[in-house]
Amino acid sequence: MTHVQESTKTSVPESTGTGVRGSTLLRHLAVGVVAVVVVLLLSTVLDPYRNLQLTNVAYLVCAAAGLSVLTGLSGQISLGQGALMAVGAYVTALLLQDGGWPLPLVLIIAVVVTALVGVLVGAAAARLRGPYLAGATLAFAIGLPALADYRGLASTLGGQNGLVVLSPAPPEWLAEVSFDRWQLGISTIAAAITLVLLGNLVHSRFGRCWRAVRDDEVAAQLAGLPVARLQIVAFVVSAACAGLGGALLAFVNGLAAPGAFPLTLSLQLLAAVVLGGLGTLPGAVYGSFLLVFLPTWSASLATRLDLSRDIYANLPLAVYGAVLVLVMLAFPSGVQGGISRLIRRIR
Amino acid sequence: MMTRAGRRRRWMAVLAVAAVLTAAGCGGSDGDSGGSGGGSAGDSTGVTATSVKIGAHYPLTGPAAPGYSKIGPAAKAFYDYVNDNGGVNGRKIDFVYKDDAYNPANTVQVTRQLVLQDKIFAMVGGLGTPTHTKVVDFLNQSKVPDLFVASGCLCWDEPDKHPYTFGWQSDYYREGKILGKYVADTFAGKKIAYFFQNDDFGQDGVRGLDQFIPKDQVVSRQNYQPGNTDIGPQLTAIAQAKADVVVSFSIPAYSALLKLGTLKLGISPQLVISNVGSDPVTLSGLLEAFAKQGGSSVKGSQLIEGNISDAYLPAYLGPDAATNSWVALFKKVHDKYLPDTVFDGNTEYGMAQAYTFVQVLQKAGKDLTRESLLKALEGGGLTGPTLTPFGYSADSHGGVTGVQVVKIVKGVPVPQGEAATTDAATAPITPYTGTLATAPANGIPTS
Repeated sequence: MTHVQESTKTSVPESTGTGVRGSTLLRHLAVGVVAVVVVLLLSTVLDPYRNLQLTNVAYLVCAAAGLSVLTGLSGQISLGQGALMAVGAYVTALLLQDGGWPLPLVLIIAVVVTALVGVLVGAAAARLRGPYLAGATLAFAIGLPALADYRGLASTLGGQNGLVVLSPAPPEWLAEVSFDRWQLGISTIAAAITLVLLGNLVHSRFGRCWRAVRDDEVAAQLAGLPVARLQIVAFVVSAACAGLGGALLAFVNGLAAPGAFPLTLSLQLLAAVVLGGLGTLPGAVYGSFLLVFLPTWSASLATRLDLSRDIYANLPLAVYGAVLVLVMLAFPSGVQGGISRLIRRIR
Repeated sequence: MMTRAGRRRRWMAVLAVAAVLTAAGCGGSDGDSGGSGGGSAGDSTGVTATSVKIGAHYPLTGPAAPGYSKIGPAAKAFYDYVNDNGGVNGRKIDFVYKDDAYNPANTVQVTRQLVLQDKIFAMVGGLGTPTHTKVVDFLNQSKVPDLFVASGCLCWDEPDKHPYTFGWQSDYYREGKILGKYVADTFAGKKIAYFFQNDDFGQDGVRGLDQFIPKDQVVSRQNYQPGNTDIGPQLTAIAQAKADVVVSFSIPAYSALLKLGTLKLGISPQLVISNVGSDPVTLSGLLEAFAKQGGSSVKGSQLIEGNISDAYLPAYLGPDAATNSWVALFKKVHDKYLPDTVFDGNTEYGMAQAYTFVQVLQKAGKDLTRESLLKALEGGGLTGPTLTPFGYSADSHGGVTGVQVVKIVKGVPVPQGEAATTDAATAPITPYTGTLATAPANGIPTS
């Protein structure tokens, strides 16, 4: 059965060794540190616009990784990741408005608040399955950003115009670092932390329980797993990741507005995660890359070919759709699935 | 089951793919960078010996697209006309404009693209109050001249906070004062209602109105959010307050919705619509389009009859238009470069702004840097198609200093009195009696 093969492919081998090889946490930490260093070195040679695009990738990775775990591992389809990002972004905007709060503290508070919202959403979602869950999260995605416009809250939350975020400047000991490299550094470190922590969670008891619930809920219940609690925990974890992604979005773009969190953001995150490889963390990375760079490439292609304005406006979307279809046909398990298969064939 | 070695290989593969994608992304960039054109110690990003690249953001789609989407192509048409006549100091103007759909989140993205990727020399005519306020800090931090913002917010006239930003059109506060005085004088004792966009645009206008319209005459203040087209509750409130006059600071789509809403409710207050939302051609077209969507058909020109508004550019409709040198110039450019579109107030606006920019470019001289551009603009002394003078100086980055109240009679805006100027504080309104400039013979400003 392919399904069983999928599960065993990502399950944990026995940790018999010691040191880096043996401990999952240390192994993931090492890879994370290496990745951060590589990106920071890259940022010195790339121009500011590339750095900005990589920063976009970084905060999308945070949100996409959470969604990948939620939908792929825990089996709960969520179309509301964008709305949870909005929560994180608005918390960040409100805290940074007063100034004086250190950035790490602001990010942590944004994550905690979004996680609390995730508890509420998860509790409601734990009763729903499949398309009903998708519909409920869809309503959440459309309704929550519109809350900023609500009569009572419009003055604090800035209404449709949104809140301007005063991004804190780099500290004095980093004074010669340009603003875009500073933002890239913060976002990459945050994404690396998210991936490392999620990687450990995925390989832990939680990951195994989630997979069990996803594959056969009744069997999991019979085996004694608290299904509802596990599903809520999955939602909370995914919401925390989305909160971090949204907080970084507000920090990087300097704006928290309903227009920045349309329904298409949630749908694009889901598409990116499926494209990259549902349930895998590298898949979230690939998907975020495609989400940011594919429109840019197709836009510059359209400019170079000097196409008419109508085609130019729609080409990125058409190319994105074409890539989605092709990847799904060639690699049903996404880019990560394709890469795994290639590696296995090489070995 | 994957072994530890296989797992490590997988992570290496992840990093490798990431690096490859980034490298490929570097290769896929647009390629041409600005280079420096002048040899002096100024910032000449976006300038070469033969070209100067400028950019802007416009709502080409979305709730503000009706009308405003024509401004970008109109400005580009005027720059093409200037380029075909030799350019400015041997340089052709390369105007790149991008769509932000009146969504501030998009404005942030396209502005960063324009500054970091396209490496524009200056932003000329970025449109919208809620949109541009989100990028003005970035543009000033990046030291990019931010000229002639297509909005009348007072926030562009802050030389200490935003030294690179300049307005162009008459600001909404001044406009509110002049309209307010007219309404207070003409409709003394009548009930007035306000209908305004809920951001700096509408709020600045209302503050101006309040300087002259007595508080007890204002029976209702209703605002709307762009993007939410259901203004039923606001209209009901205005109808219930039995307002005789509705003063509106709205974009064209919402002016049209306001008019159609009053028809639906069976009330007919006198409409006073501020300049940006009242262009006769745009508004009558929108009225007909919206009514058709709703299943009825109306004659747009009948519905705008009697509207009061204000103008700071010469009328392009009616008998005066035939004799005005500026209108003749702009219509000539329009007929050559935009033959398939209709000439309206937005076309005139885009070309008038482009004319002013070409003037400043001329004044900045052959040695073109961002600093020389700002110095040329702050030097003042620019004359153009506007009905009242510009107010540019080192301390003032606002644009046109006043407007003229007009009334639509038989589809043509008819001036109601003299053009008047005022300031952005509490100064009174003084009629402007200076002579108006005429357009140069071939349309290219002389330095």
